[in-house]
Amino acid sequence: MEYVGVVIISHSSKLAEGLLELIRQVIKDVPVATAGGTEDGEIGTSMEKIHEAISSVMSEKGVIALYDLGSARMNAEMAVEFNQLENVTIANGIPLVEGSYVAAVESSIGKSREEIEEAIQKVKQMEI
Amino acid sequence: MELTVDMAINWMEIARDKYKENKETLTMLDQAIGDGDHGINMARGYQAVVEKIAETEYDHPADVLKSVAMTLMAKVGGASGPLYGTAFMNMSMVMKGKTVDQKVLKEAIDHAITGMKQRGKSEIGEKTLLDVWDQVSSYLDSEDLSEPKEIIEVCQAVVEDTKQIQATKGRASYLNERSIGHEDPGSMSSFYLFEALAEVLEKEATV
Repeated sequence: MEYVGVVIISHSSKLAEGLLELIRQVIKDVPVATAGGTEDGEIGTSMEKIHEAISSVMSEKGVIALYDLGSARMNAEMAVEFNQLENVTIANGIPLVEGSYVAAVESSIGKSREEIEEAIQKVKQMEI
Repeated sequence: MELTVDMAINWMEIARDKYKENKETLTMLDQAIGDGDHGINMARGYQAVVEKIAETEYDHPADVLKSVAMTLMAKVGGASGPLYGTAFMNMSMVMKGKTVDQKVLKEAIDHAITGMKQRGKSEIGEKTLLDVWDQVSSYLDSEDLSEPKEIIEVCQAVVEDTKQIQATKGRASYLNERSIGHEDPGSMSSFYLFEALAEVLEKEATV
């Protein structure tokens, strides 16, 4: 089966890896990639890393990307715009842990990008 | 006034020196209300910028600023990478193919502001770097640039004013009213950027 790919974008590579581990305990088949930290492995995000992560899990059903803090959103948007990526949803203002988990579960049961986007609204966070 | 390739390069060199010199100040401001990486991010980012433009040949200042944009986007991990990157990219787009006089410089800065507003989902008056950029735009609109150093004074006043504002954008917004009383680090780093520009214009005016 084709799945919607999930991308975890975090300022911290450890946070992203830890979250992937948490998801993999339950969800084995859905392609999930991480883009944690800067290119030098420091705290922050990298447009290039995000681009690579999205490309690595891209399928016909597209990709949903989730981020932790505001500047990660900016880099995610720029990764999509600059590389003219299509079929990518950036989950706006969704808590990373709960949102990624729900997205992976929904993807594993064959849901579309739009359906996943709707499902993760349940865990909407405060507006920052 | 006309911004040339050499002046654009010199602008970035002076900016790099200022970020290096004032790394601790920016870090201190950012530790107070942010994540504390602004000083090191700006110093590192502009070091990379100067290295990048030193090894490239340019025909037009727009191309210099495009290199600046690409380098900052790639090298700066915090919010300042995408925001300053967008600013320089948009300035470059406006300047492309034109003689960069005061009017074009103002238009370029306005387009940078539009881009940063969109990217950061913010407006003027929200304790962000936009406040300083907006002030520079107004200055370029109303003054004749015979005393470029005046830019420094007006920017300084704006940075001071950001103290009174409660942050609603970026990491400082998590502090709510505790963000009041501190200068916005992004406004401060934009101050250094325009201080560098004023120095380049001043040098040119006295030649």
